[in-house]
Amino acid sequence: MPDDRITLGHGSGGLLTHELVRDVFRRALANPLLDPLDDGALLPDPGGPLALTTDGFVVSPLEFAGGNIGSLAINGTVNDLAVSGAHPRYIALAAILEEGLERALLERIVQSAAKAARAAGVVVVTGDTKVVERGKGDGVYLTTTGVGPLRAGFPRTDRGPEPGDVVLVSGPVGDHGAVILATRSGVSLETTLESDCAPVTDLVDALFAVDAVPLFLRDPTRGGLATLLCDLAEHGGCEVAVQEAQVPIRTATSTLCDIVGVDPLHLACEGRVVAVVSADRANAALDAWHGLPSGAQAQSIGELREAPAPRVVLHTRYGGARTLLRPTAELLPRIC
Amino acid sequence: MSDPFGPFRDPERLRGLTERLHRLTSERPLTFMHVCGTHENAIGRFGIRSLLPPWLRVIAGPGCPVCVCPPAEIDAAVRLATDHSVILATFGDMLRVPGRISLAQARARGADVRVVRGVHDAVRLAVDHPERQVVMLAVGFETTACTTAAAVLAGPPGNFSMILAHRLIPPAMHALLGLPALRLDGFLLPGHATAVTGTVDYETFATVSGLPASVAGFEPVDILWGLERLATLAVHGEVEVANAYARAVRPAGNLRAQQATDKAFEPMDAAWRGLGVIPASGLALRAPYHKLDALARFGLTLDPDLPECLPGCQCGSVMVGLTEPEVCPLFDKSCTPTSPRGPCMVSQEGTCHSRYVYRERRDA
Repeated sequence: MPDDRITLGHGSGGLLTHELVRDVFRRALANPLLDPLDDGALLPDPGGPLALTTDGFVVSPLEFAGGNIGSLAINGTVNDLAVSGAHPRYIALAAILEEGLERALLERIVQSAAKAARAAGVVVVTGDTKVVERGKGDGVYLTTTGVGPLRAGFPRTDRGPEPGDVVLVSGPVGDHGAVILATRSGVSLETTLESDCAPVTDLVDALFAVDAVPLFLRDPTRGGLATLLCDLAEHGGCEVAVQEAQVPIRTATSTLCDIVGVDPLHLACEGRVVAVVSADRANAALDAWHGLPSGAQAQSIGELREAPAPRVVLHTRYGGARTLLRPTAELLPRIC
Repeated sequence: MSDPFGPFRDPERLRGLTERLHRLTSERPLTFMHVCGTHENAIGRFGIRSLLPPWLRVIAGPGCPVCVCPPAEIDAAVRLATDHSVILATFGDMLRVPGRISLAQARARGADVRVVRGVHDAVRLAVDHPERQVVMLAVGFETTACTTAAAVLAGPPGNFSMILAHRLIPPAMHALLGLPALRLDGFLLPGHATAVTGTVDYETFATVSGLPASVAGFEPVDILWGLERLATLAVHGEVEVANAYARAVRPAGNLRAQQATDKAFEPMDAAWRGLGVIPASGLALRAPYHKLDALARFGLTLDPDLPECLPGCQCGSVMVGLTEPEVCPLFDKSCTPTSPRGPCMVSQEGTCHSRYVYRERRDA
């Protein structure tokens, strides 16, 4: 019977480490590149330019409705590669474990990572495990580094986003942030709200398949849709005019935001993508997204316009208009 | 799940109310004041001001409990957290409001400052940490004061105490009447506080002030309905309190909440940022509960001489509706939500913060 908790010995590099890597990580993530458990993975010739990305994951709680830190760490890096225009291929996974972590929880996390990797068509080819003393970590921290070949013709060299282009979002925004917020603030909603944590690879592929090559492509993670749109306005040097009524937001998410006092446009997504496409390709792109389960609720939310300075203007459903800004501080609950 | 806010955000109903408001005519410009940070936030978020007729202006009064909390109380909380090593619990909005330093700065220097959603969370901290002293910095108006009262009456553990910085709205409204530069034609009353207090106090206020008032909720339809009722009263010269939030507010209010507040606390004179000391506008623990007074427990006194705001900050004037945030020379220059110079820019309920975040655009 294996120990039921992680000890400092599991990070010593000795027998316990070897067993942990073999029985937890390699068992779940098994593939020919990882299986030798050598110091580095030997990858085949990619035949062209690569995209490389890395991301640290420190989410609390470790497990949440719709995923856990394992699936999040895989999808986060897969999605960064996808919106960079690459085909996600290989992942390196580093885990920092806190002494006392339940082994069963770690197994669930690694199995969830393995499942997410299979769904996204990537393989975890190398990794690292360290253990820190109790109180010096928060259960598990994961870092994933991903690499994949860049697709031809992207990023576009002919032009960037400019007035007249259309802004598309692939689905309801803020679900991941809402789930985390609800858990952390102890609000239990009688709802089936789940994190949107998922790969966006198929959504990106769909745009290229219908020749709607994006002029700007991002996933709205930390800072939410609002931050992404502010980045877009600055990148394009123009106004982003957004129709509030067009932005898809689940009722459960918006209701939670009303209770806790935050703006759903500031909440993170982990499986959505925002694309700017030329107006003449917008319908084709939307149709392509609507044909995918992950894009069924995709919407055109606005357009780029000429403006003296970069800005995001939100046109409210009541006929008013206001400037949309990045969130200014940590999201704190209101007091009355 | 169905959208509980749906009917109150219905654009058609809002359009109907807007049209009714625009059909009213006033021979002179009217200025209404609301006294609730949540109203300011909602008005900005939903773009309500852009729907008003040109003769109607809605300004913000002292409605942010965080903003009106004077630096002395915050300074006492900081001293407890730093010098007496207590767990200092308070609402998130309080963290960055400056005393000598803010609680957020104290936390960064090692003080144990915890964000709670309510006094019950702070009591829970005391139960979970019997070896530590836990102090709640309790701020808020009538809506929040009754929850603190409930915690007092429930008999919290011996390692729990509080700094009471609650404030009451009606005395502040009376104080506003004494500001000669402030010309008002009516008050939009805060629905949440009125749900607790009822409307009786405000009927007295209407009689004394000669100003009509209406109670409003916080969804766009609620707010516009409240404004339409108030404008109708003001245009016809009628002085009464209309209730445009009847689904939550009864004339007598929430009697249990009132009884709890009255049993735990007694009124006391209290200082407000921007308004000075207002008679009977604060709450003190009644004698049987003095042992819960953190200032007495740790031998602290409030320092009344701390400056209210940094030089140049207009918060005091913004708080009473005499200055619009955009007129303040610091607004959106040296004072922003990421580097606030005054309390009105710190709290999400603050007038400056709401105006900064929800800047209406008439050119878009």
